[in-house]
Amino acid sequence: MKHKISLTVNGTTYTHEVEPRLLLVHYIRDVLGLTGTHIGCDTTSCGACTIHMNGKAVKSCTVLAVQADGAQLLTVEGLARDGQLHPIQEGFWEEHGLQCGFCTPGMMLAALELLQRIPDPTEEQIRAGIEGNLCRCTGYQHIVNAIQYAARKMRGEEPRKAAV
Amino acid sequence: MAVTKLFGASIKRREDPRLITGMATYTDDLTLPGMAYAQIVRSPHAHARIVRIDAAAARRHPGVVAVFTGRDLAGALKPIPTAWLIPNADLKTPPHPPLAVDTVRYAGDGVAVVVATDRYAARDAAQLVEVTYEPLPAVVDQITAAGPGAPQIHAEAPGNLAFRWAVQGGDAGAAFAEAQRDGVVVSQRFVNQRLIPNAIETRSVLARYNSGSGELTVWYTTQNPHIARFLMSVVTGIPEQKIRIIAPEVGGGFGSKIPFYPDEAVVAFCARAIGRPVKWTEDRRENYLATIHGRDHITDLELAARTDGTVTGIRGKTWANLGAYLSTAAPGIPTILHGLMLPGCYAIPNLSYEVQGVFTNTAPVDAYRGAGRPEATYLIERMMDLLAARLGMDPAEVRRKNFIPPDRFPYTTAAGLQYDSGNYTPALERALEAAEYRRLRSVQQQGPKDNRYLGIGLSTYVEICGLGPSAVAGAVGFQGGLWESATVRLHPTGKATVFTGTSPHGQGEETTFAQIVAEELGLPIDDIEVVHGDTGSISMGWGTYGSRTTVVGGAAIALAARRVRDKATKIAAHLLEAAESDLVFDRGRFYVRGSPDRAKSIQDVTLQAYLAWNLPAGVEPSLEASAYYDPSNFTFPFGAHVAVVKVDAETGEVELRRYVAVDDCGRVINPMIVDGQVHGGLVQGIAQALWEGAAYSAEGQLLTGSMADYAVPRAHMFPRFVTGRTETPSPHNPLGVKGVGETGTIASTPAIVNAVVDALRPFGITHLDMPLTPERVWTAIRTHARR
Repeated sequence: MKHKISLTVNGTTYTHEVEPRLLLVHYIRDVLGLTGTHIGCDTTSCGACTIHMNGKAVKSCTVLAVQADGAQLLTVEGLARDGQLHPIQEGFWEEHGLQCGFCTPGMMLAALELLQRIPDPTEEQIRAGIEGNLCRCTGYQHIVNAIQYAARKMRGEEPRKAAV
Repeated sequence: MAVTKLFGASIKRREDPRLITGMATYTDDLTLPGMAYAQIVRSPHAHARIVRIDAAAARRHPGVVAVFTGRDLAGALKPIPTAWLIPNADLKTPPHPPLAVDTVRYAGDGVAVVVATDRYAARDAAQLVEVTYEPLPAVVDQITAAGPGAPQIHAEAPGNLAFRWAVQGGDAGAAFAEAQRDGVVVSQRFVNQRLIPNAIETRSVLARYNSGSGELTVWYTTQNPHIARFLMSVVTGIPEQKIRIIAPEVGGGFGSKIPFYPDEAVVAFCARAIGRPVKWTEDRRENYLATIHGRDHITDLELAARTDGTVTGIRGKTWANLGAYLSTAAPGIPTILHGLMLPGCYAIPNLSYEVQGVFTNTAPVDAYRGAGRPEATYLIERMMDLLAARLGMDPAEVRRKNFIPPDRFPYTTAAGLQYDSGNYTPALERALEAAEYRRLRSVQQQGPKDNRYLGIGLSTYVEICGLGPSAVAGAVGFQGGLWESATVRLHPTGKATVFTGTSPHGQGEETTFAQIVAEELGLPIDDIEVVHGDTGSISMGWGTYGSRTTVVGGAAIALAARRVRDKATKIAAHLLEAAESDLVFDRGRFYVRGSPDRAKSIQDVTLQAYLAWNLPAGVEPSLEASAYYDPSNFTFPFGAHVAVVKVDAETGEVELRRYVAVDDCGRVINPMIVDGQVHGGLVQGIAQALWEGAAYSAEGQLLTGSMADYAVPRAHMFPRFVTGRTETPSPHNPLGVKGVGETGTIASTPAIVNAVVDALRPFGITHLDMPLTPERVWTAIRTHARR
């Protein structure tokens, strides 16, 4: 028995009939074809699937597609606007905040929600704020720098690069 | 056109725009028309006889296309081979069927595969495959497995012994006899626990077989597509020229995507058998069960020294747990990449070391970042601290005293390796200074504050990188070469495509390699595209592992670019009506010495090379060159790390306060990328010391079976790292580079353990096995306090 859902992803509204057990992340990846959102575990541990749902960062592997009925979603594909990178993307690029890139979409969306809550976070707040997201490549330090870069830029300050 | 200095600059990565916008394509992102999904049914038992498999219910399940068992595959696929046949070790290579036929040998061993029209149906149907098992006794630890009366895992390997390998140098017996008489002997048992690599992208395979052309195309998460093609051909019998392996974006590997696993052969079989593309993607639980693990050594070690701290000998024995089957490189990891590095960066003249490889009912063990070298560094660096403690010497002083002096390079160790270059003391001094070592020692002498004990740990290391000279690879039984291929192709418009046989997956070589070519040919970096990971377009190459990509692959690219430049010089000389020897090539422009105004750009020359209207005699049209670089030796990066911890004696909790890493990886092409490699390695090495560890129950059930149970570290668990560098170029590498992908993992684990044990010295604790969890530290403090 399928359920009809209607939701908005990156500004586009979609309507589909889905199985009640379909995970939101599979809906996003397999039904909508937005493969920038990744899957890294089965236990809500890694955060690779993090998206924004109604402005909050959620792990889309632990939300059913039917629970997102009527919701506004933002995925990595919706971050850049009109060919302009979002400051969080710019920060990750400038500060070498990624290596293999697999955790990066989820990491950026978790970081963005953090910056929306705390525009001027301390390093400790950044590290605590992304503790739901695992990165196995970077050692996190350049991710912290990337988020600091984005924070400065989003506050309208000069986004100076961390010294390398 | 101004071309700035690119070699040595922190250029932003050119791979990033697609990765940060969600436009990158990983294997599981791919969908093909008619594609079906595979789910592998895995054994819940660590050791059992398969009595019966009933797939009738699974076959009836809606959406199911096919179910295959080990028996169905037995005639069609050959066993999964091992590619590192170490000599003189009595190596046993029992067959590894792609799916188990009669016996399962670890929890996670594949027994059947279900193919269905969607992911969910495949998973549902996999649950319906009824397998009747007759459980057999299992053994998970290598010492029990190697002992009398242990369950036997393979008929071909009596006593569960896969190999017995040894290395000797000098006269260890005499050194120890002398030390027992006049010096000191330090001995210790070490457990280097099993780790799970945890690339955040799990393994994934998408196979398509075209029955019309007989071509098999496989997109998959591999670090070495050409090796995969070679082995895929061996296992499936499909001729190599009909197989194309593509490594799309790969989400981390750390060694776990080197092996050729049964699963890729099974998926290829399915695609061929059902006549539609088949995709299989592990979930994380499956990744923990069936993707290789790393480390898992138990070692008894002794160090002989004079009372002044001069080390005269090292001897011991390691039992290496190899799991249930020999994975692709498994035999070489605890032997060639481990045993030969045991003396570390010290001039130790006498060595005797034996390694036994042991089968157990656990997941196969193979290369995990550092692969053998972290285990070796851990042993020698712990021993140096034990010796220092025994003699009441400062750990820094013991190291200084035993370093191979800079004037003895190239230096041949007692294990027979020739270290290319090194200068160890400056790296140590710089690390000590950055850590404020002297000040910390005096703070430490004042005693603990609030029951929190300060500890300082050193690790000075050397590693073997840039794998490697092919003749050596052959001599040590590696069933392949370790040279690397490169093609640099200029296009008529003056742009360039660079093809590399390496297969980077996060290490940033699309940028580093472009920097090399930009430097060699004076091209703007944005005019250079680096292509990797596709056997359909790239010459044979050996892939990315062993810190070889920039060292060997980068060197091949530099040599190819220089060949392009040589040919371009000929054409430019002809066009300028000058002798080649009178030409200057400077930042992309050729001109006659003294006449820079009348120049031909590399772009002009390239166009002429393609138009071929006016080429010098004997020069063929087009402008591209290939190079196949086989290094004359390995490279030996080194460095010094210092960890500063505080241990809370009330809770056993270890707080990492400060971490300094001074690494020498030779010449640096992109400092930002090098720092990133160091940071990532540090986190993995520190995590082994403090948190990570795979655990099996005695029955062979993986207890750390999910990311909720296995401690992959998170951002808040680390301080900001302090990195520094010294630069000792490799004398034999065309770029002077040495490799940096594994240094952090190799050096950091002993630095942390040395720091924690240093903090616990007031309790009389001289050693603790990893991971140094609060429980383990707390228990040790309580146990020692009671004594």
